[in-house]
Amino acid sequence: MDSKLRAELPDHDLLKLYEQMVLCREFEEACAEQYTKGHITGFLHLYSGQEAVAVGATAGLHKDDYILSAYREHPQAIVRGADPKRVMAELFGKATGLCKGKGGSMHLFAPELNFMGGYAIVGGQFPIAVGLAFAAKYRQEGRLVACFFGDGAVNQGTFHEALNWARVWELPVLFVCENNFYGIGTEVHRSSALADIHKRTCGYDIPSERVDGMDVIAVHETVKRGAEWVREQSRPYLIEAMTYRFRGHSMSDPAKYRSPAELEIWKARDPLPNFARRLVEEGIATAEGLKEMQATAQVEVQEAVKFAEESPWPEDSEVFNDIYV
Amino acid sequence: MPEMTYRDALNLALKEEMRRDPSVVTWGEDVALYEGSFKVTRGLLAEFGEERVKDTPISENTIIGVAIGAAMGGLRPVAELMTVNFALLAMDQLINHMGKIRYMFGGQINLPMVVRAPGGGGSQLAAQHSQSLETYFMHAPGFYLALPATPADAKGLLKSAIRDNNPVIFLEHELLYNSKGEVPDDPEFLVPLGSAEVKRPGKDVTIVAYSRMTVLALQAAAVLEKEGISCEVVDLRSLKPLDTPTFVDSVKRTGRAVVVEECWQTAGLGGHIASLIYEQCFDLLLAPVQRVSGLDVPMPYSRKLEKLCIPQVEDIVKAVKETLTAKY
Repeated sequence: MDSKLRAELPDHDLLKLYEQMVLCREFEEACAEQYTKGHITGFLHLYSGQEAVAVGATAGLHKDDYILSAYREHPQAIVRGADPKRVMAELFGKATGLCKGKGGSMHLFAPELNFMGGYAIVGGQFPIAVGLAFAAKYRQEGRLVACFFGDGAVNQGTFHEALNWARVWELPVLFVCENNFYGIGTEVHRSSALADIHKRTCGYDIPSERVDGMDVIAVHETVKRGAEWVREQSRPYLIEAMTYRFRGHSMSDPAKYRSPAELEIWKARDPLPNFARRLVEEGIATAEGLKEMQATAQVEVQEAVKFAEESPWPEDSEVFNDIYV
Repeated sequence: MPEMTYRDALNLALKEEMRRDPSVVTWGEDVALYEGSFKVTRGLLAEFGEERVKDTPISENTIIGVAIGAAMGGLRPVAELMTVNFALLAMDQLINHMGKIRYMFGGQINLPMVVRAPGGGGSQLAAQHSQSLETYFMHAPGFYLALPATPADAKGLLKSAIRDNNPVIFLEHELLYNSKGEVPDDPEFLVPLGSAEVKRPGKDVTIVAYSRMTVLALQAAAVLEKEGISCEVVDLRSLKPLDTPTFVDSVKRTGRAVVVEECWQTAGLGGHIASLIYEQCFDLLLAPVQRVSGLDVPMPYSRKLEKLCIPQVEDIVKAVKETLTAKY
């Protein structure tokens, strides 16, 4: 049997995609549990349902490409290689966290992995992504900037300012819209005059396309191709990944603005079991092998929780550190 | 020492730092081909080329955000806001991003960047183009704030700001661009950020001021000297870090203080300075601290009305005399 998946990637890489998606799902579900227990506080926006976007897109980029995201960004950091232990510790507000407990869920940052931050002002990351792209181009580093954002961000001025600017200065920015259809509780058709977000780049002479954000292989292929174009042309490109979050906007949102039927339609398209089925069908993995992968991820996440629980709180003296050099 | 204008001193600072360090780049609205609305960037495009001296779209928030990203990516950008009034369009990137990124990311990244912005009132530009927003920037943490009063300080402070690894908001006064003064031509001449300077020694009253208000304070001191009143003028030069010891030591010697601010008085920075003086000099104060401030109104256009809204030399003279007669 011809394998469509094997035509895309070697077995090892395909399994890696599944492994990463499972790790992200397990991590997010553990976060929900820890939030319920009161160990994680503040705002918590979970990514469950959208895994194919972060995982597929990251695999389509080079390791030295910069990544920026918004505040639903745990998986982007973890897939890039951030230690789940330190991410969980950050969510717990502990000294061992990725940002010493000062940023929390919405402000993960790992410059050694070229993960340049989670930003919690909607659209705040757009101009910064453009600036990083300018620096990369000026220094002739050959890398691009992948800027992730949600459908809600496209009506901020910064979206339009940044698209225009990136095109005028001819900068290597790959804009990746994770269209999960809702800005908190406002459905995209109720907030955007043109809900086909990828079409909105025409005013800035930026090519764009839409991809099935529930299909990790499609995302990977589209991002890889888009990234190559951005690198070659030194110009911006936009990809709109159609996806869905299975949970509410944040932990305090029961998501009453959407119907159970709608949720079921999207859950039937869950990127994890669907990709698992393809892996098994095409003989790349066995069901047992994939279950084992899930068990391994669960252990890794439980170790992360344990690490976070046992980690020390920041010293009071830390409150004044890191404001200035 | 050569004499030059405040504008040329700033221009020289930019040129010297761009010659010294290829990671220094600059952009803003009309800074390249047009050479800047106030011509501070004159000659930069010709000398450094369009890769380093760049015109931007009229997108103030993004002018700042792009500088933040470039600083993250290893450059030392100097972003020009055509005037400080437009900083209000960029407050999200200035306050929510520039001032917080280092802290919320646990100190893992530095933002070596400068935001230059001309401002202040007095040119009949009316309500939306005549603002003194220094209190806004003094209030928020995460970046420094410098405001030179003299050409020498303009050069030395801007060079320090460009070399510093923290973000710096650098406020230039539009009415000072043509003012002249001696400026050291040593390319290593630097004025440290966070250092106030006694611009004129005196013994009766301390006048604490910054930017153009320092120039007016010096004029007031000259007037008062003729009446036998000796004023010490402290030029803050930076509002963040604030060099509190320099003005507190002065007030401890004179026992009297006048704080001059061009901004609106309500919740203005002068109140903060006055409170520091009360906290640290209470027992030594011979009179209540006087504040000379901008009026709490949107700036009117008419020359006659505008003058009422901005502190004048005679207002400072009057406030100094008040400290000499008023008693607790």
